[in-house]
Amino acid sequence: MGMTMTQKILAAHAGLEKVEAGQLIKCKLDMVLGNDVTTPVAIKEFQKAGFDSVFDKTKISMVMDHFTPNKDIKAAGQCKLCRDFANEKGIVNYFDVGDMGIEHALLPEKGLVAPGELVIGADSHTCTYGALGAFSTGVGSTDMAAGMATGEAWFKVPSAIKFNITGKLNEWVSGKDVILHIIGMIGVDGALYKSMEFVGDGIKNLSMDDRLAMANMAIEAGAKNGIFIVDEITKAYVSDKVNREYKVYEPDADAKYDAVYDIDLGKIKSTVAFPHLPENTRTIDEVGEVKIDQVVIGSCTNGRMEDLQVAAKILKGKHVAKNVRCIVIPATQKIYMQAMKEGLLEIFINAGCAVSTPTCGPCLGGHMGILAAGERAVATTNRNFVGRMGHPESEVYLASPAIAAASAITGKISDVSEVL
Amino acid sequence: MKAFGTVHKYGDNVDTDVIIPARYLNTTDHKELAAHCMEDIDPDFVKKVKEGDIIVANMNFGCGSSREHAPIAIKASGISCVIASTFARIFYRNAINTALPILECDEAAKKIEDGDQVEIDFDTGIITNKTKNETYQAQPFPEFIKEIINAGGLLNSLKK
Repeated sequence: MGMTMTQKILAAHAGLEKVEAGQLIKCKLDMVLGNDVTTPVAIKEFQKAGFDSVFDKTKISMVMDHFTPNKDIKAAGQCKLCRDFANEKGIVNYFDVGDMGIEHALLPEKGLVAPGELVIGADSHTCTYGALGAFSTGVGSTDMAAGMATGEAWFKVPSAIKFNITGKLNEWVSGKDVILHIIGMIGVDGALYKSMEFVGDGIKNLSMDDRLAMANMAIEAGAKNGIFIVDEITKAYVSDKVNREYKVYEPDADAKYDAVYDIDLGKIKSTVAFPHLPENTRTIDEVGEVKIDQVVIGSCTNGRMEDLQVAAKILKGKHVAKNVRCIVIPATQKIYMQAMKEGLLEIFINAGCAVSTPTCGPCLGGHMGILAAGERAVATTNRNFVGRMGHPESEVYLASPAIAAASAITGKISDVSEVL
Repeated sequence: MKAFGTVHKYGDNVDTDVIIPARYLNTTDHKELAAHCMEDIDPDFVKKVKEGDIIVANMNFGCGSSREHAPIAIKASGISCVIASTFARIFYRNAINTALPILECDEAAKKIEDGDQVEIDFDTGIITNKTKNETYQAQPFPEFIKEIINAGGLLNSLKK
Protein backbone atom coordinates (compact mmCIF):
# COMPACT_ATOMS: atom_id res chain seq x y z
CA MET A 1 0.00 0.00 0.00
CA GLY A 2 1.35 3.41 -0.96
CA MET A 3 1.44 6.61 1.04
CA THR A 4 -0.34 9.94 0.65
CA MET A 5 1.63 13.20 0.27
CA THR A 6 1.06 13.93 3.95
CA GLN A 7 2.20 10.47 5.05
CA LYS A 8 5.40 10.78 2.99
CA ILE A 9 6.31 14.11 4.58
CA LEU A 10 5.55 12.76 8.07
CA ALA A 11 7.60 9.59 7.42
CA ALA A 12 10.58 11.61 6.16
CA HIS A 13 10.49 13.81 9.27
CA ALA A 14 10.15 10.81 11.59
CA GLY A 15 13.16 9.10 9.97
CA LEU A 16 10.95 6.23 8.84
CA GLU A 17 10.70 4.49 5.46
CA LYS A 18 6.98 4.08 5.79
CA VAL A 19 4.11 5.12 8.02
CA GLU A 20 0.45 4.21 8.01
CA ALA A 21 -2.75 5.86 9.18
CA GLY A 22 -3.24 5.62 12.94
CA GLN A 23 0.44 5.21 13.77
CA LEU A 24 1.80 7.48 16.53
CA ILE A 25 5.12 9.05 15.56
CA LYS A 26 7.56 11.76 16.64
CA CYS A 27 8.65 14.20 13.92
CA LYS A 28 11.41 16.77 13.52
CA LEU A 29 10.05 20.27 12.94
CA ASP A 30 11.21 22.74 10.28
CA MET A 31 9.29 25.67 11.78
CA VAL A 32 7.41 26.39 15.01
CA LEU A 33 5.01 29.35 14.90
CA GLY A 34 3.09 31.38 17.44
CA ASN A 35 1.20 34.67 17.66
CA ASP A 36 0.56 37.26 20.37
CA VAL A 37 -2.41 35.30 21.79
CA THR A 38 -0.92 31.80 21.86
CA THR A 39 2.79 32.53 22.43
CA PRO A 40 2.39 34.00 25.95
CA VAL A 41 0.82 30.72 27.12
CA ALA A 42 3.66 28.81 25.42
CA ILE A 43 6.35 30.99 27.01
CA LYS A 44 4.85 30.46 30.47
CA GLU A 45 4.74 26.67 29.93
CA PHE A 46 8.30 26.72 28.52
CA GLN A 47 9.57 28.57 31.58
CA LYS A 48 7.52 26.56 34.07
CA ALA A 49 9.02 23.35 32.69
CA GLY A 50 12.48 24.80 33.26
CA PHE A 51 13.75 25.02 29.68
CA ASP A 52 16.21 27.83 29.10
CA SER A 53 17.14 27.65 25.42
CA VAL A 54 15.30 27.04 22.16
CA PHE A 55 16.19 24.20 19.77
CA ASP A 56 16.98 26.49 16.82
CA LYS A 57 16.77 30.30 16.78
CA THR A 58 16.04 30.35 13.04
CA LYS A 59 13.20 27.81 13.14
CA ILE A 60 10.80 29.66 15.42
CA SER A 61 8.50 32.41 14.14
CA MET A 62 6.58 34.78 16.38
CA VAL A 63 4.12 37.13 14.73
CA MET A 64 2.33 39.83 16.71
CA ASP A 65 -0.81 39.98 14.60
CA HIS A 66 -3.97 39.28 16.61
CA PHE A 67 -4.49 42.20 19.00
CA THR A 68 -1.99 44.53 17.33
CA PRO A 69 -1.28 47.40 17.16
CA ASN A 70 -2.03 46.72 20.84
CA LYS A 71 -5.74 47.09 21.46
CA ASP A 72 -5.48 47.53 25.22
CA ILE A 73 -3.10 47.39 28.16
CA LYS A 74 -3.39 43.63 28.64
CA ALA A 75 -2.72 42.98 24.93
CA ALA A 76 0.30 45.26 25.15
CA GLY A 77 1.54 43.18 28.08
CA GLN A 78 1.19 39.97 26.08
CA CYS A 79 3.22 41.42 23.18
CA LYS A 80 5.85 42.70 25.60
CA LEU A 81 6.21 39.22 27.06
CA CYS A 82 6.76 37.80 23.54
CA ARG A 83 9.16 40.61 22.56
CA ASP A 84 11.28 40.19 25.70
CA PHE A 85 11.40 36.41 25.25
CA ALA A 86 12.34 36.74 21.55
CA ASN A 87 15.13 39.19 22.39
CA GLU A 88 16.43 37.07 25.24
CA LYS A 89 16.47 33.83 23.23
CA GLY A 90 17.64 35.47 20.00
CA ILE A 91 14.58 34.41 17.98
CA VAL A 92 15.42 35.51 14.41
CA ASN A 93 11.91 35.51 12.95
CA TYR A 94 10.12 37.74 15.43
CA PHE A 95 7.76 40.14 13.63
CA ASP A 96 6.26 43.12 15.40
CA VAL A 97 4.17 46.15 14.38
CA GLY A 98 5.76 47.83 11.38
CA ASP A 99 7.09 44.69 9.74
CA MET A 100 4.57 42.10 10.79
CA GLY A 101 1.66 40.90 8.72
CA ILE A 102 -1.03 38.31 9.33
CA GLU A 103 1.08 35.24 10.13
CA HIS A 104 -0.23 32.90 7.41
CA ALA A 105 0.24 35.51 4.72
CA LEU A 106 3.61 36.55 6.13
CA LEU A 107 5.44 33.21 6.47
CA PRO A 108 5.04 32.11 2.82
CA GLU A 109 5.88 35.67 1.65
CA LYS A 110 9.09 35.67 3.72
CA GLY A 111 10.12 32.25 2.38
CA LEU A 112 9.88 30.72 5.85
CA VAL A 113 7.97 27.71 4.52
CA ALA A 114 8.99 25.53 1.57
CA PRO A 115 7.47 22.48 -0.14
CA GLY A 116 7.97 19.23 1.76
CA GLU A 117 8.65 20.95 5.08
CA LEU A 118 6.89 20.25 8.36
CA VAL A 119 5.45 23.19 10.27
CA ILE A 120 3.43 23.40 13.47
CA GLY A 121 1.83 26.62 14.59
CA ALA A 122 -0.10 27.62 17.67
CA ASP A 123 -2.86 28.92 15.44
CA SER A 124 -5.47 26.73 13.82
CA HIS A 125 -5.00 28.29 10.36
CA THR A 126 -1.40 27.09 10.21
CA CYS A 127 -2.77 24.55 7.71
CA THR A 128 -2.50 27.37 5.10
CA TYR A 129 1.02 26.31 4.05
CA GLY A 130 -0.30 23.11 2.53
CA ALA A 131 -0.80 25.35 -0.50
CA LEU A 132 2.99 25.14 -0.94
CA GLY A 133 3.06 21.34 -0.63
CA ALA A 134 4.22 21.48 2.99
CA PHE A 135 2.71 19.57 5.91
CA SER A 136 1.50 22.22 8.31
CA THR A 137 -0.98 21.97 11.10
CA GLY A 138 -2.39 23.95 13.98
CA VAL A 139 -1.55 22.96 17.54
CA GLY A 140 -1.90 24.51 20.98
CA SER A 141 0.50 26.54 23.06
CA THR A 142 1.89 23.54 24.95
CA ASP A 143 2.83 21.84 21.68
CA MET A 144 4.47 25.12 20.65
CA ALA A 145 6.42 25.22 23.92
CA ALA A 146 7.57 21.61 23.48
CA GLY A 147 8.42 22.33 19.83
CA MET A 148 10.49 25.39 20.77
CA ALA A 149 12.38 23.36 23.37
CA THR A 150 12.93 20.09 21.53
CA GLY A 151 12.28 20.72 17.81
CA GLU A 152 9.91 17.77 17.82
CA ALA A 153 6.19 17.03 18.03
CA TRP A 154 4.06 13.87 18.25
CA PHE A 155 1.51 13.07 15.58
CA LYS A 156 -1.05 10.43 14.82
CA VAL A 157 -0.57 9.68 11.11
CA PRO A 158 -3.80 10.76 9.39
CA SER A 159 -5.75 9.01 6.67
CA ALA A 160 -6.83 11.25 3.81
CA ILE A 161 -9.58 12.44 1.52
CA LYS A 162 -8.64 13.13 -2.09
CA PHE A 163 -10.08 16.06 -4.03
CA ASN A 164 -9.54 15.57 -7.73
CA ILE A 165 -9.69 19.07 -9.19
CA THR A 166 -10.52 19.60 -12.86
CA GLY A 167 -11.62 22.52 -15.05
CA LYS A 168 -11.32 26.26 -14.66
CA LEU A 169 -13.03 28.84 -12.44
CA ASN A 170 -15.58 31.23 -13.93
CA GLU A 171 -15.11 34.99 -13.69
CA TRP A 172 -15.47 36.37 -10.11
CA VAL A 173 -15.31 32.86 -8.63
CA SER A 174 -12.25 32.12 -6.48
CA GLY A 175 -10.52 29.54 -4.31
CA LYS A 176 -12.65 30.82 -1.42
CA ASP A 177 -15.82 29.70 -3.20
CA VAL A 178 -14.27 26.28 -3.91
CA ILE A 179 -13.39 25.66 -0.27
CA LEU A 180 -16.75 26.97 0.99
CA HIS A 181 -18.43 24.63 -1.52
CA ILE A 182 -16.35 21.69 -0.24
CA ILE A 183 -17.07 22.48 3.44
CA GLY A 184 -20.77 22.78 2.60
CA MET A 185 -20.56 19.36 0.95
CA ILE A 186 -18.61 17.41 3.61
CA GLY A 187 -19.49 19.42 6.74
CA VAL A 188 -17.44 21.03 9.51
CA ASP A 189 -16.29 17.61 10.72
CA GLY A 190 -16.24 16.00 7.27
CA ALA A 191 -12.46 15.65 7.31
CA LEU A 192 -12.02 15.25 11.09
CA TYR A 193 -8.48 14.00 11.96
CA LYS A 194 -7.78 13.54 8.21
CA SER A 195 -5.73 15.18 5.46
CA MET A 196 -7.41 16.90 2.54
CA GLU A 197 -5.22 16.31 -0.51
CA PHE A 198 -5.82 18.46 -3.58
CA VAL A 199 -4.63 16.93 -6.85
CA GLY A 200 -5.66 16.88 -10.51
CA ASP A 201 -5.07 18.80 -13.70
CA GLY A 202 -7.32 21.67 -12.62
CA ILE A 203 -4.77 22.68 -9.97
CA LYS A 204 -2.78 24.53 -12.65
CA ASN A 205 -5.77 26.84 -13.08
CA LEU A 206 -5.66 27.90 -9.42
CA SER A 207 -3.34 30.76 -8.45
CA MET A 208 -1.21 30.57 -5.30
CA ASP A 209 -3.61 33.00 -3.62
CA ASP A 210 -6.53 30.69 -4.46
CA ARG A 211 -4.64 27.67 -3.10
CA LEU A 212 -3.62 29.51 0.08
CA ALA A 213 -7.28 30.45 0.73
CA MET A 214 -8.35 26.84 0.20
CA ALA A 215 -5.67 25.21 2.37
CA ASN A 216 -6.33 27.88 5.01
CA MET A 217 -9.90 26.65 5.55
CA ALA A 218 -9.11 22.90 5.66
CA ILE A 219 -9.44 23.26 9.45
CA GLU A 220 -13.04 24.41 8.96
CA ALA A 221 -13.80 20.89 7.73
CA GLY A 222 -12.03 19.51 10.80
CA ALA A 223 -8.96 18.46 8.79
CA LYS A 224 -5.50 17.99 10.25
CA ASN A 225 -4.04 19.54 7.12
CA GLY A 226 -4.87 20.50 3.56
CA ILE A 227 -2.17 19.98 0.97
CA PHE A 228 -1.70 20.67 -2.74
CA ILE A 229 0.54 18.94 -5.23
CA VAL A 230 3.57 21.04 -6.14
CA ASP A 231 3.64 22.31 -9.74
CA GLU A 232 5.36 25.00 -11.80
CA ILE A 233 3.19 27.70 -10.18
CA THR A 234 4.35 26.63 -6.71
CA LYS A 235 7.98 26.50 -7.82
CA ALA A 236 7.73 29.94 -9.41
CA TYR A 237 6.15 31.30 -6.20
CA VAL A 238 8.94 30.05 -3.93
CA SER A 239 11.78 30.73 -6.41
CA ASP A 240 12.40 34.31 -5.25
CA LYS A 241 11.55 33.63 -1.60
CA VAL A 242 13.14 30.33 -0.54
CA ASN A 243 16.89 29.95 -0.97
CA ARG A 244 17.36 26.51 0.55
CA GLU A 245 16.94 23.03 -0.89
CA TYR A 246 13.44 21.62 -0.66
CA LYS A 247 11.86 18.31 -1.56
CA VAL A 248 8.69 17.74 -3.56
CA TYR A 249 6.46 14.85 -2.45
CA GLU A 250 3.79 13.26 -4.61
CA PRO A 251 1.19 10.75 -3.48
CA ASP A 252 1.88 7.14 -4.47
CA ALA A 253 -0.33 5.85 -7.27
CA ASP A 254 -1.69 3.20 -4.86
CA ALA A 255 -2.07 5.54 -1.87
CA LYS A 256 -5.20 4.73 0.10
CA TYR A 257 -7.86 7.44 0.44
CA ASP A 258 -10.95 7.21 2.68
CA ALA A 259 -12.94 9.04 0.01
CA VAL A 260 -12.39 10.70 -3.36
CA TYR A 261 -14.34 13.72 -4.57
CA ASP A 262 -14.25 15.12 -8.10
CA ILE A 263 -14.46 18.91 -8.18
CA ASP A 264 -15.07 20.61 -11.53
CA LEU A 265 -13.99 24.22 -10.99
CA GLY A 266 -16.22 25.34 -13.86
CA LYS A 267 -19.31 24.25 -11.91
CA ILE A 268 -18.50 26.18 -8.74
CA LYS A 269 -20.64 29.27 -8.14
CA SER A 270 -19.97 32.12 -5.75
CA THR A 271 -20.80 30.69 -2.33
CA VAL A 272 -21.78 32.25 1.01
CA ALA A 273 -21.66 30.53 4.42
CA PHE A 274 -24.56 31.62 6.62
CA PRO A 275 -24.34 31.86 10.43
CA HIS A 276 -23.20 30.13 12.54
CA LEU A 277 -21.15 27.42 10.84
CA PRO A 278 -18.94 27.45 7.72
CA GLU A 279 -20.91 24.43 6.44
CA ASN A 280 -24.15 26.44 6.16
CA THR A 281 -23.43 27.33 2.55
CA ARG A 282 -25.71 28.66 -0.16
CA THR A 283 -24.78 29.62 -3.69
CA ILE A 284 -25.18 33.33 -4.39
CA ASP A 285 -28.41 32.77 -6.34
CA GLU A 286 -29.97 31.10 -3.26
CA VAL A 287 -29.07 33.83 -0.76
CA GLY A 288 -32.21 35.99 -0.88
CA GLU A 289 -32.45 39.43 0.76
CA VAL A 290 -29.83 39.76 3.54
CA LYS A 291 -29.14 43.33 4.64
CA ILE A 292 -25.73 44.03 6.11
CA ASP A 293 -24.05 46.57 8.40
CA GLN A 294 -20.38 45.81 7.83
CA VAL A 295 -17.99 44.31 5.29
CA VAL A 296 -14.51 43.04 6.13
CA ILE A 297 -12.08 42.33 3.31
CA GLY A 298 -8.89 40.82 4.71
CA SER A 299 -7.64 38.03 7.04
CA CYS A 300 -5.29 35.06 6.62
CA THR A 301 -7.85 33.65 4.17
CA ASN A 302 -8.39 36.59 1.82
CA GLY A 303 -6.12 39.55 2.56
CA ARG A 304 -3.68 38.87 -0.27
CA MET A 305 -2.87 40.82 -3.43
CA GLU A 306 -5.36 39.13 -5.74
CA ASP A 307 -8.10 39.53 -3.14
CA LEU A 308 -7.51 43.28 -2.98
CA GLN A 309 -7.25 43.53 -6.77
CA VAL A 310 -10.62 41.83 -7.24
CA ALA A 311 -12.28 43.99 -4.57
CA ALA A 312 -10.80 47.17 -6.11
CA LYS A 313 -12.02 46.24 -9.59
CA ILE A 314 -15.57 46.08 -8.22
CA LEU A 315 -15.36 49.13 -5.90
CA LYS A 316 -13.65 51.40 -8.47
CA GLY A 317 -15.74 54.52 -9.04
CA LYS A 318 -18.51 53.18 -6.75
CA HIS A 319 -19.38 54.01 -3.16
CA VAL A 320 -20.08 51.90 -0.10
CA ALA A 321 -23.83 51.94 0.77
CA LYS A 322 -25.12 54.32 3.40
CA ASN A 323 -24.96 52.83 6.90
CA VAL A 324 -22.46 50.15 5.83
CA ARG A 325 -18.86 50.19 7.12
CA CYS A 326 -16.37 48.55 4.79
CA ILE A 327 -12.98 47.71 6.32
CA VAL A 328 -10.13 46.63 4.05
CA ILE A 329 -7.09 45.03 5.68
CA PRO A 330 -4.08 44.18 3.50
CA ALA A 331 -2.56 41.08 5.12
CA THR A 332 1.09 42.17 5.12
CA GLN A 333 3.18 45.33 4.77
CA LYS A 334 4.38 44.13 1.37
CA ILE A 335 0.80 43.67 0.16
CA TYR A 336 -0.10 47.07 1.65
CA MET A 337 2.77 48.69 -0.26
CA GLN A 338 1.90 46.93 -3.51
CA ALA A 339 -1.76 47.92 -3.14
CA MET A 340 -0.62 51.51 -2.66
CA LYS A 341 1.58 51.41 -5.76
CA GLU A 342 -1.23 49.93 -7.85
CA GLY A 343 -3.62 52.66 -6.68
CA LEU A 344 -5.92 50.19 -4.94
CA LEU A 345 -5.85 52.01 -1.61
CA GLU A 346 -7.00 55.18 -3.36
CA ILE A 347 -9.89 53.26 -4.95
CA PHE A 348 -10.90 51.87 -1.54
CA ILE A 349 -10.69 55.23 0.22
CA ASN A 350 -12.58 57.02 -2.56
CA ALA A 351 -15.27 54.35 -2.25
CA GLY A 352 -15.64 55.13 1.45
CA CYS A 353 -13.72 52.15 2.85
CA ALA A 354 -11.47 52.24 5.91
CA VAL A 355 -8.02 50.82 5.10
CA SER A 356 -6.16 49.33 8.04
CA THR A 357 -2.61 48.30 8.83
CA PRO A 358 -2.26 44.47 8.84
CA THR A 359 -4.06 42.79 11.77
CA CYS A 360 -6.28 39.77 12.44
CA GLY A 361 -8.42 42.28 14.40
CA PRO A 362 -12.09 41.88 13.47
CA CYS A 363 -11.91 38.27 12.21
CA LEU A 364 -11.87 36.95 15.76
CA GLY A 365 -13.75 39.84 17.34
CA GLY A 366 -10.54 41.28 18.72
CA HIS A 367 -10.70 44.90 17.59
CA MET A 368 -10.90 47.08 14.45
CA GLY A 369 -14.50 46.32 13.57
CA ILE A 370 -16.53 44.68 16.34
CA LEU A 371 -20.25 44.07 15.71
CA ALA A 372 -23.09 45.22 17.98
CA ALA A 373 -26.06 43.01 18.91
CA GLY A 374 -28.21 42.34 15.86
CA GLU A 375 -25.60 43.53 13.33
CA ARG A 376 -24.59 41.54 10.28
CA ALA A 377 -21.28 41.41 8.44
CA VAL A 378 -20.15 39.92 5.17
CA ALA A 379 -16.53 38.93 5.69
CA THR A 380 -13.83 37.29 3.61
CA THR A 381 -12.65 35.65 6.84
CA ASN A 382 -12.93 31.98 7.79
CA ARG A 383 -15.31 31.56 10.75
CA ASN A 384 -18.87 32.62 11.43
CA PHE A 385 -19.37 31.05 14.86
CA VAL A 386 -21.64 32.65 17.48
CA GLY A 387 -19.99 35.88 18.66
CA ARG A 388 -16.99 35.45 16.38
CA MET A 389 -16.89 39.11 15.31
CA GLY A 390 -18.42 40.65 18.40
CA HIS A 391 -21.74 40.43 20.23
CA PRO A 392 -23.15 36.89 20.56
CA GLU A 393 -26.26 38.14 18.76
CA SER A 394 -24.33 39.45 15.74
CA GLU A 395 -23.97 37.48 12.51
CA VAL A 396 -21.12 36.79 10.10
CA TYR A 397 -21.61 35.66 6.49
CA LEU A 398 -18.46 34.24 4.89
CA ALA A 399 -17.81 35.03 1.25
CA SER A 400 -15.18 35.80 -1.39
CA PRO A 401 -13.63 39.26 -1.85
CA ALA A 402 -15.79 39.73 -4.98
CA ILE A 403 -19.06 39.08 -3.14
CA ALA A 404 -17.90 41.15 -0.16
CA ALA A 405 -17.08 44.14 -2.38
CA ALA A 406 -20.35 43.91 -4.32
CA SER A 407 -22.29 43.61 -1.04
CA ALA A 408 -20.55 46.70 0.38
CA ILE A 409 -21.92 48.73 -2.55
CA THR A 410 -25.52 47.49 -2.34
CA GLY A 411 -25.79 47.10 1.45
CA LYS A 412 -27.08 43.54 1.10
CA ILE A 413 -25.44 40.26 0.10
CA SER A 414 -25.07 40.66 -3.66
CA ASP A 415 -23.55 39.03 -6.71
CA VAL A 416 -21.04 41.03 -8.74
CA SER A 417 -23.53 41.24 -11.63
CA GLU A 418 -25.72 43.52 -9.48
CA VAL A 419 -23.10 46.27 -9.41
CA LEU A 420 -21.14 45.96 -12.66
CA MET B 1 -8.52 7.64 39.06
CA LYS B 2 -12.21 8.48 39.23
CA ALA B 3 -14.40 11.52 38.67
CA PHE B 4 -17.95 12.17 39.84
CA GLY B 5 -20.20 15.11 39.14
CA THR B 6 -23.26 16.71 37.60
CA VAL B 7 -23.46 16.92 33.82
CA HIS B 8 -23.68 20.10 31.75
CA LYS B 9 -24.91 18.93 28.35
CA TYR B 10 -24.28 20.61 24.97
CA GLY B 11 -24.85 19.72 21.32
CA ASP B 12 -22.71 19.41 18.18
CA ASN B 13 -19.79 21.61 17.11
CA VAL B 14 -19.18 23.48 20.37
CA ASP B 15 -16.40 25.78 19.13
CA THR B 16 -13.57 27.30 21.14
CA ASP B 17 -14.93 30.80 20.43
CA VAL B 18 -18.00 30.05 22.54
CA ILE B 19 -15.93 28.16 25.14
CA ILE B 20 -13.78 31.26 25.65
CA PRO B 21 -14.54 34.28 23.40
CA ALA B 22 -11.53 36.03 21.86
CA ARG B 23 -12.37 39.25 23.71
CA TYR B 24 -10.96 37.55 26.82
CA LEU B 25 -7.77 36.24 25.21
CA ASN B 26 -5.74 39.22 26.33
CA THR B 27 -4.88 37.30 29.49
CA THR B 28 -3.33 33.93 30.33
CA ASP B 29 -4.64 33.95 33.91
CA HIS B 30 -6.50 30.68 34.49
CA LYS B 31 -9.04 32.10 36.97
CA GLU B 32 -9.82 35.09 34.74
CA LEU B 33 -10.38 32.76 31.78
CA ALA B 34 -12.56 30.44 33.90
CA ALA B 35 -14.75 33.41 34.85
CA HIS B 36 -15.89 33.60 31.18
CA CYS B 37 -15.98 29.88 30.38
CA MET B 38 -18.84 28.91 28.01
CA GLU B 39 -20.08 32.52 28.14
CA ASP B 40 -21.39 32.75 24.56
CA ILE B 41 -23.21 29.39 24.60
CA ASP B 42 -24.36 29.21 28.22
CA PRO B 43 -24.08 32.52 30.12
CA ASP B 44 -25.15 30.83 33.38
CA PHE B 45 -22.48 28.12 33.22
CA VAL B 46 -20.03 29.85 35.56
CA LYS B 47 -22.81 30.41 38.12
CA LYS B 48 -23.97 26.79 38.18
CA VAL B 49 -20.73 24.82 37.66
CA LYS B 50 -19.38 23.02 40.75
CA GLU B 51 -15.98 21.43 41.35
CA GLY B 52 -15.93 17.97 39.77
CA ASP B 53 -18.79 18.58 37.30
CA ILE B 54 -18.67 16.99 33.85
CA ILE B 55 -19.29 18.44 30.38
CA VAL B 56 -20.95 16.12 27.86
CA ALA B 57 -21.39 17.08 24.21
CA ASN B 58 -22.01 15.48 20.85
CA MET B 59 -19.91 15.74 17.66
CA ASN B 60 -16.74 17.79 17.04
CA PHE B 61 -16.36 19.36 20.51
CA GLY B 62 -13.76 22.15 20.59
CA CYS B 63 -13.70 22.92 16.88
CA GLY B 64 -12.24 26.13 15.50
CA SER B 65 -9.45 28.16 17.02
CA SER B 66 -6.42 26.38 18.51
CA ARG B 67 -6.57 28.53 21.66
CA GLU B 68 -5.35 26.48 24.61
CA HIS B 69 -7.25 28.99 26.70
CA ALA B 70 -10.31 26.77 26.02
CA PRO B 71 -9.19 23.61 27.88
CA ILE B 72 -7.52 25.88 30.46
CA ALA B 73 -10.81 27.73 31.10
CA ILE B 74 -12.77 24.47 31.31
CA LYS B 75 -10.30 22.90 33.72
CA ALA B 76 -10.01 26.02 35.89
CA SER B 77 -13.82 26.26 36.11
CA GLY B 78 -13.77 22.98 38.05
CA ILE B 79 -14.77 20.56 35.28
CA SER B 80 -13.26 17.12 35.92
CA CYS B 81 -13.82 15.60 32.47
CA VAL B 82 -15.30 16.31 29.04
CA ILE B 83 -17.11 13.45 27.29
CA ALA B 84 -18.05 13.80 23.62
CA SER B 85 -18.93 11.67 20.60
CA THR B 86 -15.91 13.19 18.84
CA PHE B 87 -13.44 15.98 19.54
CA ALA B 88 -11.92 18.43 17.07
CA ARG B 89 -8.30 17.38 16.71
CA ILE B 90 -6.52 20.47 18.06
CA PHE B 91 -8.73 20.53 21.17
CA TYR B 92 -8.05 16.79 21.63
CA ARG B 93 -4.28 17.44 21.55
CA ASN B 94 -4.55 20.46 23.81
CA ALA B 95 -6.63 18.60 26.38
CA ILE B 96 -4.08 15.77 26.52
CA ASN B 97 -1.14 18.17 26.59
CA THR B 98 -2.65 20.20 29.44
CA ALA B 99 -3.93 17.12 31.30
CA LEU B 100 -7.65 17.94 31.04
CA PRO B 101 -9.28 14.50 31.09
CA ILE B 102 -11.42 13.83 28.01
CA LEU B 103 -13.23 10.72 26.79
CA GLU B 104 -14.67 9.82 23.41
CA CYS B 105 -17.89 7.86 23.85
CA ASP B 106 -20.73 8.17 21.38
CA GLU B 107 -23.20 6.15 23.48
CA ALA B 108 -22.59 8.25 26.60
CA ALA B 109 -22.86 11.46 24.57
CA LYS B 110 -26.21 10.36 23.17
CA LYS B 111 -27.76 9.00 26.38
CA ILE B 112 -26.51 11.32 29.11
CA GLU B 113 -28.77 14.31 29.73
CA ASP B 114 -28.25 17.67 31.36
CA GLY B 115 -28.22 17.34 35.15
CA ASP B 116 -27.47 13.59 35.24
CA GLN B 117 -25.07 12.40 37.97
CA VAL B 118 -22.19 10.59 36.34
CA GLU B 119 -19.14 8.68 37.59
CA ILE B 120 -16.09 8.01 35.42
CA ASP B 121 -13.43 5.36 35.99
CA PHE B 122 -10.45 6.52 33.91
CA ASP B 123 -8.56 3.25 34.33
CA THR B 124 -11.30 1.15 32.73
CA GLY B 125 -13.00 3.85 30.62
CA ILE B 126 -16.35 2.90 32.18
CA ILE B 127 -18.82 5.75 32.53
CA THR B 128 -21.64 5.14 35.03
CA ASN B 129 -24.80 7.22 34.80
CA LYS B 130 -26.09 7.09 38.40
CA THR B 131 -29.27 8.98 37.51
CA LYS B 132 -30.30 6.58 34.74
CA ASN B 133 -28.55 3.51 36.16
CA GLU B 134 -26.67 2.88 32.91
CA THR B 135 -23.03 2.25 32.02
CA TYR B 136 -21.13 3.10 28.84
CA GLN B 137 -17.66 2.07 27.67
CA ALA B 138 -15.35 4.84 26.40
CA GLN B 139 -12.50 4.34 23.92
CA PRO B 140 -9.27 3.75 25.86
CA PHE B 141 -6.27 6.01 25.12
CA PRO B 142 -3.18 4.51 23.46
CA GLU B 143 -0.30 3.88 25.92
CA PHE B 144 1.74 6.79 24.52
CA ILE B 145 -1.05 9.23 25.31
CA LYS B 146 -1.73 7.67 28.73
CA GLU B 147 1.90 8.41 29.59
CA ILE B 148 1.45 12.11 28.77
CA ILE B 149 -1.74 12.31 30.83
CA ASN B 150 -0.24 10.42 33.76
CA ALA B 151 2.81 12.69 33.76
CA GLY B 152 0.47 15.70 34.13
CA GLY B 153 0.78 17.02 30.57
CA LEU B 154 3.22 17.10 27.66
CA LEU B 155 5.99 19.24 29.14
CA ASN B 156 6.05 17.25 32.36
CA SER B 157 6.34 14.06 30.30
CA LEU B 158 9.30 15.56 28.37
CA LYS B 159 11.11 16.45 31.60
CA LYS B 160 11.21 12.80 32.67
